Amino acid sequence: MSVSTIPVGSTVSLQKLRLQGLIDALTNAGYQVIGPQIADGAVVYDELDSLEQLPLGVIDEQDGGRYRLERSNDAGYFDHVVGPHSLKRYLFPPQETLQQLHLKDGHWNVEPTPIHDKPVAVIGARSCDLHAVAIQDRVFLEGPYVDPGYRVRRERLFVVSVQCRRAAATCFCHSMKTGPRASRGFDLSLTELDDSFVIEVGSDQGGQILASVEGWKASSAAIVDQAKEQSVQLERTMKQRADADPAAGTSRPRQLDTHDVHDLLLNNLDHPRWEQVAERCLACANCTMVCPTCFCSSVTEVADLTGEHVRRERTWASCFTAEHSLLNSGVVRNSTKSRYRQWLTHKLATWIDQYDTSGCVGCGRCITWCPVGIDLTEEVAAIRETAS
Amino acid sequence: MNPGIQVAPTVDAANPWAMHAVRILAIRREVPQAFTYELAFEDHAVGERFRFRPGQFDMLYLPGIGESAISISSDPDDPQRLLHTIRAVGNVTRALARKRVGDQLLLRGPFGSAWPVESCEGQDLVIAAGGLGLAPVRPVIHHVINRRDRYGKVWLLYGARSPRDLLYTYEYDDWRRADIDVQVTVDLGYDGWDGHIGVVPTLFDRLHLNPARTRIITCGPEIMMRFVIAACLTQKIGPQHIYLSMERNMNCALGFCGHCQLGPAFVCKDGPVFTYEQMEPYLDVEDF
Repeated sequence: MSVSTIPVGSTVSLQKLRLQGLIDALTNAGYQVIGPQIADGAVVYDELDSLEQLPLGVIDEQDGGRYRLERSNDAGYFDHVVGPHSLKRYLFPPQETLQQLHLKDGHWNVEPTPIHDKPVAVIGARSCDLHAVAIQDRVFLEGPYVDPGYRVRRERLFVVSVQCRRAAATCFCHSMKTGPRASRGFDLSLTELDDSFVIEVGSDQGGQILASVEGWKASSAAIVDQAKEQSVQLERTMKQRADADPAAGTSRPRQLDTHDVHDLLLNNLDHPRWEQVAERCLACANCTMVCPTCFCSSVTEVADLTGEHVRRERTWASCFTAEHSLLNSGVVRNSTKSRYRQWLTHKLATWIDQYDTSGCVGCGRCITWCPVGIDLTEEVAAIRETAS
Repeated sequence: MNPGIQVAPTVDAANPWAMHAVRILAIRREVPQAFTYELAFEDHAVGERFRFRPGQFDMLYLPGIGESAISISSDPDDPQRLLHTIRAVGNVTRALARKRVGDQLLLRGPFGSAWPVESCEGQDLVIAAGGLGLAPVRPVIHHVINRRDRYGKVWLLYGARSPRDLLYTYEYDDWRRADIDVQVTVDLGYDGWDGHIGVVPTLFDRLHLNPARTRIITCGPEIMMRFVIAACLTQKIGPQHIYLSMERNMNCALGFCGHCQLGPAFVCKDGPVFTYEQMEPYLDVEDF
């Protein structure tokens, strides 16, 4: 079948090994293709040339402060859920040059840094991460000011999302209403079945790219239903397992009661639980680094030896550091207690005032990558139990 | 928190990191370690477009050193004569203090919310400032003097650590002649000082305010503002009529960097001017 595009909303099927064709089509269209692969014992995003780099038959067991890769019974390419990386790094990079300045004849010339890097296509993003992008869009694009670097990267981003078919014990997207099914925010969406991918077209660009992939065929209604049922079943499982008694030796899968959580936290700024969590928290900032919505940053001046050539480098920052709230008169948040409280009240409460959405998408990364396994769902539940 | 943010004509909303070159026209030493810089835009077209509202700030930038948020301390009706009073206390401000007349700086701005000078018309006004906190309210004083008949009684209650720390003493007589009741106090007097001694809030006790028609504008150390607020509440002034300028770590002025958050507010774009009603839930929370 040779057509120039496949309409938005259509669903097609592709044999599993034909997915290489999608990688190639994106590469040929000028994208740097990024996909999940194993490095240092975790599934991370990196450049993807070949289907063989994908973590075939691997699942990630996650829990508070715990992440282990294991062999899966199913031979899926995408049976892992989310690793430490998210789409954030491709829109709001961990480090970027905002501006370069050159001194000439006593006059500083300011040059915005052109975005030379190729447009990025990410294969493997999950529903939680698509929601996280929509949240960061509100920060960098939808306020009174627009961040120009974010805007360029965002406009060029191509997203191939993947419908989760399992959830880690740390996943709670069902509580945050951000998943498990990705329903928008993708160019193409893959559902992995036993022997094929079912691909939904989410944008015109997605339709054009997919049309150039060899071997796609229109999906039967039965296959489309089967793909959808997979997400429905997963959501049902997530809800049931969070209420059931956990199996011996395992912790209870997460859920978060979001009812009135804004007022709950802001009315309990002096709750004793903040002291208790501060005794465990190392203020290491891991949670803010893996969070797909945390957007704090700092700008550092980098000058050459002459002082006549200066770069302004923006890097991710964290509210868990003293520097974050530094004034000439001192540090505003001078304790781990006050910093954890800032992070959690921002994420779940004041974010709603600022952006009319929670700052949490329920991906569970902050639980997994916390070295001491602090679990925000548990902290909120503890405050709720003895709230004033 | 503040959806009605107006982007200034000299700020490009699509590239708010862009800067304008300015030259230092004059430097005036005000008090120990504090100087007032008069700045002029190198591009006259930009200078023509430059407007600010009282209480707003600019980001002043020294390449290789960094940016610092500095309130504008001049007359908003004369935006081409642009003054910033700066205390050399941080990395950037100390480097600024080494700059000379004719040197170039870069500037982004103005940013932030403004003192409510329009809604205060027809009301009595108490401006209570401490230390360098007089700089961000001086545009209010200019604004009021330029249209004095639109306001009722106007007091300026101003305090500093000692007589030599008082800002703009050379202007008090002008302000008094414009029917502003200027009352000055110092924490620590010494020989030759025959004025009031004590902190700013103590000056409130001597005023006979009509709480229904009084608006408060306060700027200074947070501890001073808290006592000013307490004095106002005692005098039955409503929390929605008390305006304060908050200080937090403002790095970007755009609400991007996250450092200046104070509860739901980004102090850089929702503030720095807030009502006490907005800040009341957070002011007394320790380390918030």
